[in-house]
Amino acid sequence: MDYSQFLYMKEEVSLIVVMAILFLYDLIASEKARKYFSVVACVLLGAHIIYNLIPTSTPGSAFGGMYYYTPMMTIIKSILTFGTLIVFMQADLWLKREDTKFKQGEFYFLILSTLLGMFFMIASGHFLMFFLGLEMASIPMSTLIAFDKYRHNSAEAGAKYILTAMFSSALLLFGLSFLYGACGTLYFEDIPALLTSGNYMQLAAFVFFIAGIGFKISIVPFHLWTADVYQGAPTPVTSYLSVISKGSAVFVLLTILMKVFAPMVTEWQNIIYGLIVITITIGNLFALRQKNMKRFLAFSSISQAGYILLGVIGGTAIGMASLVYYVLVYMVANLAIFGVISIIEQRTEKVSMDDYNGLYKTNPKLTFLTTLALFSLAGIPPFAGFFSKFFVFMAAFKSGFIVLVVIALLNTIISLYYYLLVVKAMYINKNDNPIEPIKTDCYTKISLTICLIGIIGLGIASIVYETITAFSYGM
Amino acid sequence: MFMFYEIALIPMYLLIGVWGSGKKEYAAMKLTLMLMGASAILIAGILGIYFASGTTSMNILEIAKAGNIPHDAQMIFFPMTFLGFGVLGALFPFHTWSPDGHASAPTAVSMLHAGVLMKLGGYGCFRVAMYLMPQAANELGWIFLILTSISVIYGAFSAIVQTDLKYINAYSSVSHCGLVLFAILMMNQTAATGAVIQMLSHGLMTALFFALIGMIYGRTHTRDIRELSGLMKIMPFLSVCYVIAGLANLGLPGFSGFVAEMTIFVGSFQHTDIFHRVITIIATTSIVITAVYILRLIGRSFYGEVKNPEHLKLTDATWDERLSAIVLIIAIVALGVAPLWMNNMIGDSVLPIVKALVIK
Repeated sequence: MDYSQFLYMKEEVSLIVVMAILFLYDLIASEKARKYFSVVACVLLGAHIIYNLIPTSTPGSAFGGMYYYTPMMTIIKSILTFGTLIVFMQADLWLKREDTKFKQGEFYFLILSTLLGMFFMIASGHFLMFFLGLEMASIPMSTLIAFDKYRHNSAEAGAKYILTAMFSSALLLFGLSFLYGACGTLYFEDIPALLTSGNYMQLAAFVFFIAGIGFKISIVPFHLWTADVYQGAPTPVTSYLSVISKGSAVFVLLTILMKVFAPMVTEWQNIIYGLIVITITIGNLFALRQKNMKRFLAFSSISQAGYILLGVIGGTAIGMASLVYYVLVYMVANLAIFGVISIIEQRTEKVSMDDYNGLYKTNPKLTFLTTLALFSLAGIPPFAGFFSKFFVFMAAFKSGFIVLVVIALLNTIISLYYYLLVVKAMYINKNDNPIEPIKTDCYTKISLTICLIGIIGLGIASIVYETITAFSYGM
Repeated sequence: MFMFYEIALIPMYLLIGVWGSGKKEYAAMKLTLMLMGASAILIAGILGIYFASGTTSMNILEIAKAGNIPHDAQMIFFPMTFLGFGVLGALFPFHTWSPDGHASAPTAVSMLHAGVLMKLGGYGCFRVAMYLMPQAANELGWIFLILTSISVIYGAFSAIVQTDLKYINAYSSVSHCGLVLFAILMMNQTAATGAVIQMLSHGLMTALFFALIGMIYGRTHTRDIRELSGLMKIMPFLSVCYVIAGLANLGLPGFSGFVAEMTIFVGSFQHTDIFHRVITIIATTSIVITAVYILRLIGRSFYGEVKNPEHLKLTDATWDERLSAIVLIIAIVALGVAPLWMNNMIGDSVLPIVKALVIK
């Protein structure tokens, strides 16, 4: 066997090494050493990011075409791992609780397994590998969602997630079987040549494929699980789910659409057009009425998924670059808000928007960070969210979808309204017993500072976007 | 440019929402959402210009020099860009954010907003919408001319029925900023020069107005003109400044308002076709309507008998308030009495834009 193939899989192999070290640490560490578990986990993951930051290999495939590698994939995998690192830091306070302390090692291992699954899903060259990666990303996720298993919200959310996930992957597999029937092969490289136009079986395959992956991205009408799962899951798991799981699925969608379904370009552009319009609109409309912060962010992330799809619809290299940049910026902004919600929830058990009234008087720094993150999500300059939205609009505009861009722009006004509702609650509304001043612990401080630097800096430091664009032409 | 246009919006929300008075939350939200709506349409227009211009830069001067945005693209994107900037410059159906916003904002915020921010709209329309898309400006300009002349007249009429000092001023701002857009659309050098002078003069006047209203409110705790009366006897300095500001607003010669309005109407009348001349005449009637509400306001509030005995105890302006009022009045008078140096400077700078508009 040609062991040099493993060189392509640098990220996956190093992640498996990290997982093995954490597993052994959990198994054999003494009580005194266990206090440093979070430090060890964060340091190992940080080392993993630094080791894999720069793409080194040239594009190529391994294992007979099953595993495919392009430099852009290293970039997105680093972005996802970076997000996981921030989630680890934010989860620290929750993990130190009495009823989750003994499960700390399992939490790290499960999250890294889903991350590994996402890595394989991103780097797949064959639909079966893609399916394996997808399953490996979904199944441990449902365990994570039900992590607080004695609180009934968490268990219910986990049950909802696993049932919907199973159903969607069944649909996906059904579509893949159609594709196999129509083309005779499932390799990404071979299918485009075999796709003939007007073949209904291939079209049906494509529709089922969208249904299967639409669940992961939580686009409408596959979004019904999102609100309940985000509300019920423990907050660090919600933040992981909302950003990293979604980001990886969108990247895979674009890769597959560009590589595999390239001959069917007009058909899938029409489908995605309709999906974008209903996703953004319904996500925005439902977010207007939410009172629970986590549910509110669930609907907001549904509409953000719609914007990410605007980068997909062009199917061009610049769409790919703008999509990756959008995922990065969305990640820091969303993780910032979830970090604030997480610390408030851990200290005071309050998640309703009404409890956030008057937060400015007692916790000015947390309020300030939340405001910046919300403005970034709404797309206000000079934060990074404006630039990410601008590039995504530019990519869609360039491919000729002018009306779609106008619809998306008008929807940003509606989204600004509900983001401003939270800002209004914190600064303007009066509250008789506001949340008392919260002392954040060291990990939360570090993670929120990183998010803050990201929100402000990613827009201004143009080198980030330029690097991403440079690698996107390698597609 | 677009980025800084949007940066100007969000602090307005916080400033009005936290430090304002009256219906501040409603006003702040309405203002922010309407202006964001305008910038949403604007960014679509800007993207259209960028992709249609054939150059790979967003530099306005380069795009104007290349000068080859295709006609169909211009017809779509000119209304979008003009509308996007026009909402900020109080274009007729979309001016409704302005009265509530100005009235609920604290004094300093109103001064900045009416005096400075609304000029962004006029500048953007002139510099971006009309400079880069001259053919569409010539063909579609008549629609916007009608809308702006409606906003001039409508703003003035609305100001007549208001009872709150700030609302009167806000509607007067709508009317004057509408006049700026009206003049820009006339597309000749005199009118464009007049538009820029009007931007300058109205900025000074409205800042003066809001400052004085803030001082009066701070003393009498009411802005309702039905309750204020005979203030000239109690606060002579403030009242005289307010009368001067009012006279400048209605275009009395000697103040900058006259210079601006005169230049605008002379420039507008230079067009020889019926449509432009009739519209100019209609817009000129706004002078009379402005006179009505200004004189009504001044007569009711400052002259006459003192109705409320509480007001007899009030103090006149302090030295810092006097200073700010005097600085603004000196500027208004200087511009009104000796406008020529300003006129020449402005005339030279609008010349390239007007040239581009006329030739195409």
